[in-house]
Amino acid sequence: MSGVIVTRAVGSWATAMLKISPYTFSAIGIAVAIGVSVLGAAWGIYITGSSLIGAAIKAPRITSKNLISVIFCEAVAIYGVIVAIILQTKLESVPSSQIYAPESLRAGYAIFASGIIVGFANLVCGLCVGIIGSSCALSDAQNSSLFVKILVIEIFGSALGLFGVIVGIIMSAQATWPSKV
Amino acid sequence: MYGFEAMTFNIHGGYLEAIVRGHRSGLLTAADYNNLCQCETLDDIKMHLTATEYGPYLQNEPSPLHTTTIVEKCTLKLVDEYKHMLCQATEPLSTFLEYITYGHMIDNVVLIVTGTLHERDVQELLEKCHPLGMFDSIATLAVAQNMRELYRLVLVDTPLAPYFSECITSEDLDDMNIEIMRNTLYKAYLEDFYQFCQKLGGATAEIMSDLLAFEADRRAVNITINSIGTELTRDDRRKLYSSFGLLYPYGHEELAICEDIDQVRAVMEKYPPYQPIFSKLSYGESQMLDKAFYEEEVKRLCLSFEQQFHYAVFFAYMRLKEQEIRNLMWISECVAQNQKSRVHDSVVFIF
Repeated sequence: MSGVIVTRAVGSWATAMLKISPYTFSAIGIAVAIGVSVLGAAWGIYITGSSLIGAAIKAPRITSKNLISVIFCEAVAIYGVIVAIILQTKLESVPSSQIYAPESLRAGYAIFASGIIVGFANLVCGLCVGIIGSSCALSDAQNSSLFVKILVIEIFGSALGLFGVIVGIIMSAQATWPSKV
Repeated sequence: MYGFEAMTFNIHGGYLEAIVRGHRSGLLTAADYNNLCQCETLDDIKMHLTATEYGPYLQNEPSPLHTTTIVEKCTLKLVDEYKHMLCQATEPLSTFLEYITYGHMIDNVVLIVTGTLHERDVQELLEKCHPLGMFDSIATLAVAQNMRELYRLVLVDTPLAPYFSECITSEDLDDMNIEIMRNTLYKAYLEDFYQFCQKLGGATAEIMSDLLAFEADRRAVNITINSIGTELTRDDRRKLYSSFGLLYPYGHEELAICEDIDQVRAVMEKYPPYQPIFSKLSYGESQMLDKAFYEEEVKRLCLSFEQQFHYAVFFAYMRLKEQEIRNLMWISECVAQNQKSRVHDSVVFIF
C-alpha cells in the first residue's frame, strides 16, 4: 500500500499531503461547492442583467421573457447549495486512530473532489449562460423571433452545470468513512 | 485578452452597449427613405419624420420649414444621445467616445479660421459649427493671425493640442495653408486614435483598425484627387497621408505621383478591397466616387455590429447617424429645390 511505503520517507511532500486531515479536504470541498457556484451564478447574472436593462429601454417588451436567462443563472447557484448540503451530510466522525486510515483519506478526497467538480462546473456554466443571455436580450430587442432560438442554446449551456452536479453526487456517494471499530 | 472580453466587458460597458444597439434599431430603413423620397414638400418630410424616432424633435417646429432646421434638429438628437452616453461612460469608454468627436473639433476650428479670413461675423460662424465639436474657448479663434498664435492662445488647452506639433509655423493663414493644416491635424488625430485603439486591444482594436484604415485610405484618395492641378508638391502631398492603413506605405508612394484620376484608379485597382469601388465608376468620372466610398463605409460600419463586447459599435453608430443626417439633408434639399429626379444620386441606404 502506498501509505505504508510513503511513511518511511520522512519529510517528503507526499508525507505532508497524507498528513492533512481528510476533514480539511472535505471542508474545503464543501466550501468550494457553494462558494464557486455562487460566483458563477453572480457573474452570469450581472452579464445578462446589464445588457437586459440597457436593451429594455428601447424595447420594454423583452424584460419579462428574458428573465429566463437570469433564472437559468440562478439555477446554477441552487445546484451548488444542494450539493453542499448533500456533501455535509456525508461527514461522519471517526475515532482518532482511524483518521489517517486509507478509507478515511478516500472519503475525504471524494468529498473534496465532488465539491471541486460541482463548483467549477457551475462556474463555467453560469458564465456561459450569462454571456448567451446577454446576446439573447440584445437580439430579442432587435428581432423578437430570435428569442426562442437563442434560448435553445442557453438550455444546452445550462446542461453543463447539471453534468457537474450528477458527477459530483456520484463521487460523494462513495464517501464512506471507516466504521467505528 | 482577445476572445475573453465577454467575461468582463459588461461590468462597465454592458449597459451602454445595449443602449447604443437600441439607438441603432431606430435608424431609418430603406422603406422610410422611399417614403421620404416620395414627399412633395418639406412639410411632408416633417410628417414622415415625426412618425420615426425623430418625432419629439421635429413635431413642434413651426410650419415654414427650412432644410437647415430639419438637419439641425436631427443633429440635436445625435448630440443628445451622445451626451447621454458620454456622461454614463467610465474609462476607457469615455476617452473613446471623446476621440470620436475630435474630427468635428478640427472641422469647427478650420471653419472659424476660414470664416474669419473671409471677414465673416464670429457669431454667425459659431452657429454653423457642429455641436459635437464645440469647446469652451472656440470663439477666441477669430482673434488669431497665424498658426502659432492660434496654438498659443486657444488650442493649447483643447484636446487637439498634441496634434499641432507638426504644423506650427509662423506663416500667415491663407486658404491653402488652412487646408494643409486641416489635413495635417486630421492625420495626427487618426494616428492617435489608431494608437489608442491598439492599446485597448481585443476586438475593439481589431475592428477599429479596419474602420480607421478605411478612413485613412479614403482620405488619402480624396487628398490626391483634390490636389491634382494645385500647387501642392508631391512631398507635401505625401506628408498628408496617414502612416497606417492598407495603402501604407507602397500605395502612398504611388498615389503621391498621380497627376490625374485615371492614374489614381490604376493605383487603387491593385488593392482587392478597393477594386469594386473603382470598377463602379466609368472612366474620367469622380462625382460618384464619394457615394461609392460612403456605401463601402456603411457596409463596414454595419458589420461591426455583428460582434458583441467591444467599443467599435459606438463609433459605428455615430458614423451611421451622421450618414443618415447627410441623407436627410440631401432629400430635403432635393425636395425644396424641386429636383426629385436627383434624389437617389446621393442617398446611401443603411438597411
